[in-house]
Amino acid sequence: MLADNLLEVKNLSVSFKTRRGTVRAVRDLSFTLKRGEVLGIVGESGSGKSVSMNAVMGLIQDQNAQITGEVIFDGVDLLKKSDEELRAIRGKDIAMVFQDPMTALTPVYTIGWHIREQIQLHSDISNDAAYKRAIELLEEVGIPDPDKRVDQYPHEFSGGMRQRAIIAMALSLNPKLLIADEPTTALDVTIQAQILELLERLRKSHNSSIIIITHDMGVISELSSEVLVMYAGRMVERSSKSSLFSNPRHPYTKGLMNSVPRVDRDRTSRLETIAGQPASILNLPSGCAFRNRCPLAHAACEEIPPFKSDVSDHGAACFLVEAGAVR
Amino acid sequence: MSELLKVNHLSKIYQSSGGLFDKKAKVSALEDVSFTLAQGETLGIVGESGCGKSTLGRIISRLDTPTTGEIIYKGEDLAKKSLAKLRPLRKEIQFIFQDPYASLNPRRQIGAIIEEPMRINGLAKAERQARALSLLEKVGLDKDSYERYPHEFSGGQRQRVVIARALTLQPELIIADEPVSALDVSIQAQVLNLFKELQEELKLTYIFVAHDLGVVRHISDRIAVMYLGKIVEIGKVEDIYNNPQHPYTKALLSAIPRIDQNAKNTRQILTGDIPSPLNRPTGCSFHTRCPIAVPACSTTEPKLRQIRNVEVACDLVV
Repeated sequence: MLADNLLEVKNLSVSFKTRRGTVRAVRDLSFTLKRGEVLGIVGESGSGKSVSMNAVMGLIQDQNAQITGEVIFDGVDLLKKSDEELRAIRGKDIAMVFQDPMTALTPVYTIGWHIREQIQLHSDISNDAAYKRAIELLEEVGIPDPDKRVDQYPHEFSGGMRQRAIIAMALSLNPKLLIADEPTTALDVTIQAQILELLERLRKSHNSSIIIITHDMGVISELSSEVLVMYAGRMVERSSKSSLFSNPRHPYTKGLMNSVPRVDRDRTSRLETIAGQPASILNLPSGCAFRNRCPLAHAACEEIPPFKSDVSDHGAACFLVEAGAVR
Repeated sequence: MSELLKVNHLSKIYQSSGGLFDKKAKVSALEDVSFTLAQGETLGIVGESGCGKSTLGRIISRLDTPTTGEIIYKGEDLAKKSLAKLRPLRKEIQFIFQDPYASLNPRRQIGAIIEEPMRINGLAKAERQARALSLLEKVGLDKDSYERYPHEFSGGQRQRVVIARALTLQPELIIADEPVSALDVSIQAQVLNLFKELQEELKLTYIFVAHDLGVVRHISDRIAVMYLGKIVEIGKVEDIYNNPQHPYTKALLSAIPRIDQNAKNTRQILTGDIPSPLNRPTGCSFHTRCPIAVPACSTTEPKLRQIRNVEVACDLVV
């Protein structure tokens, strides 16, 4: 019997030594991901959402980087694995889709080559079989005329088709976990809808878990079952999607939701805003990183608020939420 | 409200230089675009990549020259004016670009950046400085920003500087091309509010080009939806968003990811990609992706006509 949890991240911290001192990009991140679950990670620039997932994938190679904590994937701690062992896992058990489909493919090779390379790196199958598999995969992700398209080069594909091809690569070995970092941000809205539908369909048919990183609350709401909100390197709120959207608790989450001009609400003359600028991790206030933008900040916020969850597993890192002052 | 701008049958054809072995190709970026804009109004222009929305903004501000058509601004046709004759009018029509990192000179102080348009127009130093300082305050920046450099500011603050610079010569019409799309959500809301406050205070007219349908709805009075260089639907915000007529507008609106899943509408997912303007479909440009297309759509080109409260370019809408 497989364990329920596919991924357990415990106290993950990532810091970088720079000339201007140590930058703590991710602090004390802990969460679990169940099999077949979709976790959305939302936050603004510099909130640490991409860095934390790169750390999970073992993609941070910088010698000035310091990574602590545990990343238990399918029972093993990835942070203790060597580069070589990680290479065997990446692409096979964990696959990643990046934001920019223009730079994720090599322009001098065909789309089919990319998919074959991915398959043959991890399994011992013939060129012919890999080529056939590539065509099947392209068909599965909805590329028209896959037997012709497989021999085309990336520049002959549109942005949406390239992202489909990348998803085909990512899914070629039936990964247990797919990490998608802003997979639709570079795409037009009608193409975004196609890709979101594709991810949802593939999740059902392959039973993969997905982590989707985005700044778009709408995308989170469409795809994920669980949501994690990050601010300045820390997790500030985590809960099921329905609980988060119907009852956001952390003042930052509330502010974020109200600042989006939403088409499903009445038009207002002014948008609610969060005052000030997003905190720079180079220069964080002591205590709660959000306190100099928070409308409810008070003396207690000079300490770092602990992350506390209630019985329904809806948690937030805020003294006011803990005290029941914010509902 | 009086009419400030009237655009008549505007078209722009770019000639591609062609590769070594390729034939020269013509790209029709704008085709027969017409609309009017009243003083104090905001017209939002939406559409996906390559629909011509940025080209339209650039041509109205005469950063680019139209191939045919008229741009009647306060009774004068900008399309035919020489660059020298356009100069006095440049004061009245200002442009705001998407990327506040690329539109500010990194080697100049904020004060000098904001004063430059006034310097070019021969204002005295004392007046320039006074106006720059009051504009900094108006857009919500500290007065000591005057002596600082662009790198000391975040994206949202830089966009405020860009807005202050656009306001120095007391313009009437501001054309903003994706002015908030490079900004974080919380900052985007601040800048959108600033746009609205300035409009009320200074009676500005805006053309607001953006791909984010939520943003456009928030800021605009009227909306023009573009597809492959043409306006396919134009009308008041409420009419377009509550009761879209053109099948493309319907699909576009239904594709927006909703935060409130209870209000989930029946999504209509378009198949295929936007065709290249180099290889525009015959007849209605949208027929290759349209869910309700009939054979006639590939031969006859629909014209904009009034249906209920909006103008729609689709012969199947009745």
